[in-house]
Amino acid sequence: MLSFVLRRIGVMILTALVLTFLVFSLTNLPPNLEKLAKSEASARMTDDQVDSWLAGNGFGRPMLIRYGEWLGVAPGWVITAEDGTTRGRCLTQGLTVETAPRFCGLLQGNWGWSTVFKQPVDQVLGRSLGHTSWLMLWVMIVMVPTALILGVLSGMREGSRTDRVLSTFAIASTATPEYVSGVIFIALFASATAGISPLLAEMGWISGKTLFQGTATSAMDKITFWNFALPVLTIALYGIGYIARMTRASMTEVMTQQYIRTARLKGVSFRNVVMKHALRNALIAPFTVIMLQFPWLLNGVVIVETLFNYKGFGWTLVQAAGNNDIQLLLACSVVAVFVVLVTQLISDIGYVFLNPRIRLS
Amino acid sequence: MADWDPSKPILEIENLSISFFTRLREIPAVMDFSCTVMPGEAMGLVGESGCGKSTVALAVMRDLGKTGRITGGAIRFKGRDLTTMSEEELRKLRGSEIAMIYQEPMASLNPAMKIGAQLAEVPMIHQGMAKAQAWALARQIVADVRLPDPDRILQAYPHQLSGGQQQRIVIAMALMAKPALLILDEPTTALDVTVEAGIVDLVKDLGHKYGTSMLFISHNLGLVLDVCDRICVMYSGEAVETGNVAQVFTEMRHPYTQALFRSIPLPGADKNARPLVSIPGNFPLPHERPPGCNFGPRCDYFEKGRCDAHEIAMEPVPGTDRHATRCLKWDEIDWSAPPRAQKIREKAPMGKVVLKMEDLQKYYSVSTGAFGGGVTKVVKANETLSFEAHEGETLAIVGESGCGKSTFAKVLMGLETATAGSIMLFDENVQSTPIQKRGADTVSKVQMVFQNPFDTLNPSMTVGRQIIRALEIFGKGDSDADRKRMMLDLLDLVKLPRAFADRMPRQLSGGQKQRVGIARAFAGGAKVVVADEPVSALDVSVQAAVTDLLMDIQRENKTTLLFISHDLSIVRYLSDRVMVMYLGHVVEMGTTDQVFAPPYHPYTEALLSAVPIADPHVTRKRIVLEGDIPSAMNPPPGCPFQTRCRWKSHVPGGLCEREMPPVQKLAGGHQIKCHLSAEELASMEPVIKIAAE
Repeated sequence: MLSFVLRRIGVMILTALVLTFLVFSLTNLPPNLEKLAKSEASARMTDDQVDSWLAGNGFGRPMLIRYGEWLGVAPGWVITAEDGTTRGRCLTQGLTVETAPRFCGLLQGNWGWSTVFKQPVDQVLGRSLGHTSWLMLWVMIVMVPTALILGVLSGMREGSRTDRVLSTFAIASTATPEYVSGVIFIALFASATAGISPLLAEMGWISGKTLFQGTATSAMDKITFWNFALPVLTIALYGIGYIARMTRASMTEVMTQQYIRTARLKGVSFRNVVMKHALRNALIAPFTVIMLQFPWLLNGVVIVETLFNYKGFGWTLVQAAGNNDIQLLLACSVVAVFVVLVTQLISDIGYVFLNPRIRLS
Repeated sequence: MADWDPSKPILEIENLSISFFTRLREIPAVMDFSCTVMPGEAMGLVGESGCGKSTVALAVMRDLGKTGRITGGAIRFKGRDLTTMSEEELRKLRGSEIAMIYQEPMASLNPAMKIGAQLAEVPMIHQGMAKAQAWALARQIVADVRLPDPDRILQAYPHQLSGGQQQRIVIAMALMAKPALLILDEPTTALDVTVEAGIVDLVKDLGHKYGTSMLFISHNLGLVLDVCDRICVMYSGEAVETGNVAQVFTEMRHPYTQALFRSIPLPGADKNARPLVSIPGNFPLPHERPPGCNFGPRCDYFEKGRCDAHEIAMEPVPGTDRHATRCLKWDEIDWSAPPRAQKIREKAPMGKVVLKMEDLQKYYSVSTGAFGGGVTKVVKANETLSFEAHEGETLAIVGESGCGKSTFAKVLMGLETATAGSIMLFDENVQSTPIQKRGADTVSKVQMVFQNPFDTLNPSMTVGRQIIRALEIFGKGDSDADRKRMMLDLLDLVKLPRAFADRMPRQLSGGQKQRVGIARAFAGGAKVVVADEPVSALDVSVQAAVTDLLMDIQRENKTTLLFISHDLSIVRYLSDRVMVMYLGHVVEMGTTDQVFAPPYHPYTEALLSAVPIADPHVTRKRIVLEGDIPSAMNPPPGCPFQTRCRWKSHVPGGLCEREMPPVQKLAGGHQIKCHLSAEELASMEPVIKIAAE
């Protein structure tokens, strides 16, 4: 077990290095750097000025060395300009060449400076990840149990009316992308002029103007049902359909297995056949899918956070990408890579525990 | 159930009819089926696949699925009609009064639940027993079914047990509530013969101990003779003959029963002098049954205008013990007449050596441990395998699963390469040449007929196309027209109508598919054919036909046939020489007569005694092997068979546990790998004795 986890972590680190280098080299391509120089210094710089600005800010060195600096395995650059001032990667906040550390990269906890937010990247990222994890937590709380219940209910009697109704719902919900369902929800529940809110307000059933709030900005301070229901529902809905379909397929297969017949002919009641005999076997396949949903949620939040103006990870990613904020973009990719790899590790280990027959090797 | 009189039948099936309803039509599966099981009696239900025997069993359990429905008749269990019971009443009966044992033990145990929990569930549901008490009972029953170390087994998951142990658990599960009726649906089909013998003994003992009645479903007549008191033979959804086992076996009164017995290889059958008689024609599909007698079109005694005039009812045979038959002509037929004269064939002469193996070894390395890693262990699949096979000879390779017989076939075919040793094929050394590197000529010379004809044909290619494809690969024929002609010749060779060239595999029956498989194997003029259990997936009546076909082709082409099988009856019938394998070692080798008569290797002796024989005149010594076959990963020291050998005490000084026995060469090239002295070997008695008639 331990050696398996260690081996997997080793592979994970290697994967992370390859992926971050890829993102690093793509974001540090010459046209990107030129854009950075123009936006940081002056938009009217000549090509020579751009080159000297880049050289003066440590961008003039080979890509591999700069990647090493960013990672924290190569010493940070120190450049003494013609006017005698010394600038360096690690020389921030009044540190001098003597007092500053030689290395200052990711490994030393220095994630860089965000040019959009004018703040250290780790602060920006920490805040937005905090917001997003609340969103993800609620999405998971809503999505996983609902999806499993729907899947099991429709899978336990294949072809029944319940199965057909629930399957139709599941297919419809996965077939609707978030930007469609989000807009429909806002129009339906969060508009003072359209949908059901005006009707409810007229009848005096709701005190405010709308049933739910169409923006989740206020949820950053305090999460309430009113301001958080729509973004959570929008993300969850897509996943519900998807996981429910997987669970149903797995459940219908399990229900035709011979050991289910054994249980039935032992005199086990239908309820217990489902609960005690079928459920654990039926959850083995959807478990992997649920774990795959975590990295996918990072994706889904990009659209939903922008739509509901919720300043989480997805919103930050959009800002960073849109404004050529290289350091922030790199940090976002590190987080994404990390989330993907860790959930896959958990999924593999959990699979072994759910399925006693499996041997990982 | 207090009002039930124990002298009345425990199960009474009366004129039962069952149909399956599809969108197209109603398919009658069982028609007008009646049978009675008295308390303590074991009733055998026999027939080929598709005859409806399992459907009857499931109908007793009232578990016919969504499409199946009982369309008529009654099933009375202890006087109460099961066909009209509610779901709730049935639930109380299932598992407590009627229990079932299934064909595939692995599939019928829940893979994600501990054995103990699956067992304890039964009394917890039916008697409301407390959990601790139920587990204690489970422990006791597990000990009752003679499993070692019950505490460990209760905590194990099904996949951690061997096939035989799993089946014992399924039996234990059925016995948890001490049911009055036990339904066994082919309980040993998926198991090895020696394991089967143990299970059969267990079932018989438990039947006596608990006084349980049994409904024993099997296609194996020998097994039914061993276990049952009464028998009911089914054909195409109907019971055709029923009666006392001994009576039906010796004085059968239905042509189908007779034909069935003539198509199975009993001791005394011989491929040259007394060949098997296969039943002509095919089993009718449920919706294409002929009018009148269902067996009519295949029956030797068929009389037009009489047998196909109207439905035939069961008719009792007077002066017997509840013996009845569904035949109009039963008292007109001369039942003691010998079978129609078959053409007696010449024994093919043996030619030169075509295949020679010397000290062949095949090791695999595997790693253990749940998350990979762990210790790398070596599986010794084959050890020092040496033999020669001659042209035109049938060499049978016999042994239980895991003995290395399939590995040997893979190495010969080139699907695996040998670890050491040499394989000489027509003076060509092929042991380390994988199949990709072998020339088309070598590949076409060594071909294989596979066990399962259902999986080995491409489902989306016509039969003719598949054979032509083989011809193309082997480089036979100059043009497409030429190959087409060769393909049609091959179909003639395997006695399939030429029209089958355009059919898809799904339109063929199992026996027909196997014939296509044989045609494909012989497409390149194969000189050595490895037949890996070629008939074990087929019904007995088809087995005889396919076996005869193989023999005929072999005679014509002087092919060397390596016949891998666990079925000793068929091996005795068709092979010239036999090689017995155990844990990768050849423990005995010799001509068929030498191997099937004493002196035996102790393992061969046990194997022979384990095979049920469907002939009441035969008495055989019961030797039940204890325990399971040891893992090839961790073989015992010394002789591989010493852990289960009953002769071990006859060898002085614990030699068996220390040293690998030498190969003793007896008269006539008979080899036995055993420490027993020549005197001990000579003192062995034959396992099978045929009583004088």
